[in-house]
Amino acid sequence: MSAPPLLEVRNLHIDMRSGQERLNVVENVSFSIGAGETFGLVGESGCGKSITALSLIGLLNRPLAVGQGEILFKGQNLLKMNGSELRRLRGNRISMIFQEPMTALNPLATVGRQIAEMFVLHQGSTWHEAERKAIAALAQVQVPAPDKRIKNYPHQMSGGMRQRVMIAIALACHPDLLIADEPTTALDVTVQAEILKLMQELCDQRGTSVLMISHDLGVIAKMCQRVGIMYAGHLVEERAVADLFRRPAHPYTHGLLASLPVLGQRKLNERKPLQEIEGIVPSIAAFPTGCRFEPRCTRASPICRDAVPGPSVLGDYSFVRCYHHG
Amino acid sequence: MRLRFNLLFGGAICLIILTLGVFAPLFVHHDPILDANLMNAELPPNADFWFGTDSQGRDVFSRVLYGSRVSLTVGIVSQLINSCIGLLFGISAGYIGGRWDEFVSGLTNVMLSIPSLIFALAIMAILGPGLGSLLIALGLTNWSWTCRIARSSALSLKSQGYVQAAKTLGYSDIRIMITQILPNMIGPILVIGTLGMGDAILAEAALSYLGLGIRPPFPSWGSMLTDARELIAVAPWAAIFPGIAIFLTVLGLNLFGDGLRDYLDPHMRTRKA
Amino acid sequence: MASQTQPLLQIENLSVCFPVSAGLFRRSHQAVRAINNLSLSLHKNQCLSIVGESGCGKSTLALTILGLQHPTHGSISFDGKPITGAAQPGRMQRARMAQMVFQDPYASLNPRQTIHAALAGPLRLHGLRNKGEVEDRIATTLKMVGLKPEQAKRYPHEFSGGQRQRIGIARALILDPKVIVLDEPVSALDVSIRAQIINLLLDLKERLDLSYIMISHDLSVVEHMSDRVAVMYFGQIVEEGPWQSIFANPVHPYTRRLLAAIPDPFTIIRQEDITRKDMQPPPLSGFSYYPEEIGTHDVYQSPPPTEFLTVGDDHKVRFIAR
Repeated sequence: MSAPPLLEVRNLHIDMRSGQERLNVVENVSFSIGAGETFGLVGESGCGKSITALSLIGLLNRPLAVGQGEILFKGQNLLKMNGSELRRLRGNRISMIFQEPMTALNPLATVGRQIAEMFVLHQGSTWHEAERKAIAALAQVQVPAPDKRIKNYPHQMSGGMRQRVMIAIALACHPDLLIADEPTTALDVTVQAEILKLMQELCDQRGTSVLMISHDLGVIAKMCQRVGIMYAGHLVEERAVADLFRRPAHPYTHGLLASLPVLGQRKLNERKPLQEIEGIVPSIAAFPTGCRFEPRCTRASPICRDAVPGPSVLGDYSFVRCYHHG
Repeated sequence: MRLRFNLLFGGAICLIILTLGVFAPLFVHHDPILDANLMNAELPPNADFWFGTDSQGRDVFSRVLYGSRVSLTVGIVSQLINSCIGLLFGISAGYIGGRWDEFVSGLTNVMLSIPSLIFALAIMAILGPGLGSLLIALGLTNWSWTCRIARSSALSLKSQGYVQAAKTLGYSDIRIMITQILPNMIGPILVIGTLGMGDAILAEAALSYLGLGIRPPFPSWGSMLTDARELIAVAPWAAIFPGIAIFLTVLGLNLFGDGLRDYLDPHMRTRKA
Repeated sequence: MASQTQPLLQIENLSVCFPVSAGLFRRSHQAVRAINNLSLSLHKNQCLSIVGESGCGKSTLALTILGLQHPTHGSISFDGKPITGAAQPGRMQRARMAQMVFQDPYASLNPRQTIHAALAGPLRLHGLRNKGEVEDRIATTLKMVGLKPEQAKRYPHEFSGGQRQRIGIARALILDPKVIVLDEPVSALDVSIRAQIINLLLDLKERLDLSYIMISHDLSVVEHMSDRVAVMYFGQIVEEGPWQSIFANPVHPYTRRLLAAIPDPFTIIRQEDITRKDMQPPPLSGFSYYPEEIGTHDVYQSPPPTEFLTVGDDHKVRFIAR
């Protein structure tokens, strides 16, 4: 990744404001995504991965707001852009796929119209032209009989088909960056495998960069080249995928990988209990002051409680935030 | 903060009005009915008649105080009857479903399509005038909204995991409706209920105007308002003060209902603590 | 092997159909066939996992076992006694046989009830009147699932997802049932919490001599927890056997397809392919696998007659005669 990155997030802070209270939901998150690269953001519910993604396209709602930081897309700071500039970018240069395709699609419009709308909106096509392009777009996401399917409403399709339509909409204008927020969590495993394969093929063909958000390490391993691990609003580790699974550096990552039941690991006549990460995920209102993983960490020492550890560089674009990493 | 405010402020208004009504004789120095003196008719508010007098020279202040007895009884009792009927029908229809649900839904639609006042009028015509029949008439005619809300809540609540869990634990359907379904719909039901009390107070006014409510000399806010309609230009106070009384009561009941709803919600309570 | 003794729970030729009501006059023309002629048995202290994708009928099966859904045909017996049909016991008796742990720890607890109320209610209902005994039972159950008895005063929203699932488990245990149906018990939980709950469930199974029926699509969890595995497709079991056979020698193409679809991070990083297409074992002679085509079934039609044949030690696969 020698060329300047497509997207660079620098020291992003996202606050939740209620009255005088200000909670740091996301603190000091930095990462970058190169052209054509798939970057994964992994974490548990409430760790801030989804709102980080929403902040990239200016879709945070009150009480959430970006406190400080920079989001550079092709060198331009998205946080300095006004509403209409952002709207021109959204769906056109940066697009997004959500977890639940049923709620993300308009139930009262045919899927054909919803795809065609993108061409009308961002490429100035006529509706007639756009419909032709919509059929082509549906064919590209391997929906059978696309000329008939464009007349379907979302409820007439299965979950997997709806997610294909979402992908068709998201990729309609050949965006530079696709943000996929748990795109397959609501789907069955065999459908998930098909959708992931499709996303990978289409994005490879077009050189689209992907920000993949998931809690599923399997999905991340399959799709991404690099990955960032988030825990309670901090980006605690950023690594190349293979390194992460072979030599996790942060105790949280380490614990997470050790706690997974792994196919083929169970022995015939003994059952070892899984290695647990003790304790519970802290709630937003009760984030610890220093390292946020400290209360659950086996390697914790007094210094962890006092100050958030800075990044220790492990190599190109890879770091860990831990005093006791290894 | 706001949570407490609604409950306490609304409760305080309701309590003051209730106290004034119950202990009315202690606060007034004119009889609301017998002290009619045409010499004093249509006097503006003054030191003797604080709220002025009406067309027959009766003290508006004492009539407002005494009138609250009827209005509050009608509002609270008839709405309680409405809520009970609505909840009974609504919860059972939503939870049991099938034929019973179709029957109840049909019945609610019929009830909603007949103006409730006309229906109450018919009941009053059968039962004859008087407070008792007024309570029954208003209590039987305004439960459709409660029923609808209760039905749709029950319909969505019955597929919740904890209702399934209660079934597997051996709970009977009636016990499930009471312990699992009812407590989880209490919020919207309280809001509908307090709004309904206001409606009932106003409906009583309309029925009294038609001579089917409280018999004429005895005051209620509704009958006072209707009596004062012809005087609105010459003696506006005769209409304004019962109007303010109704307004304050409805406001107090609504605030109290909102506060009660929040108070009963465990989320709101413990977030504060 | 436990299969020689009488099974604790035996399901025989179970079918469940839902009449479809459509049109103005609500005549039911057809019925959706959720479960077709299904037979399974659960032995004492075993964990039997039912694996399948959405719509395969696994949730209907769970509800039928719990008595919340009536079978159209077939029977279920518990400890040798039938619990469906004419001899069907009431809800109260049934409650002490089988309980359920739900997938979503948020929707499965009544937000208006404290944990204490949620646990004390069933105890009182089942005749435990003595206040001291009720408190004792609640306290021991909460300790058993790793919660503190003093937390019982709280409401569900004051707990995290993992703690709520512990409460759900406590509620399932409170009446001391023999069988627990686990409906995707960890799939809604945070990844770092799952191991805790899996270990807890396995530990409770040994300590309390429980038997589990687990419904799941997460095959790595299934492999870790199960004694036997049944793969379900369109209301039928297509493959069933001891866990080690299913995972080491998956036979039916659908099972292999499911296994291949699991994104397992470690095998992906090692670039292994657990179930290559060309490794598919051939069917028994004279038979084809049933179903051959995945994704082309008609929920209104009853399936053709098929045979469930042994392919290995206690390991059966569904075939159709050629």
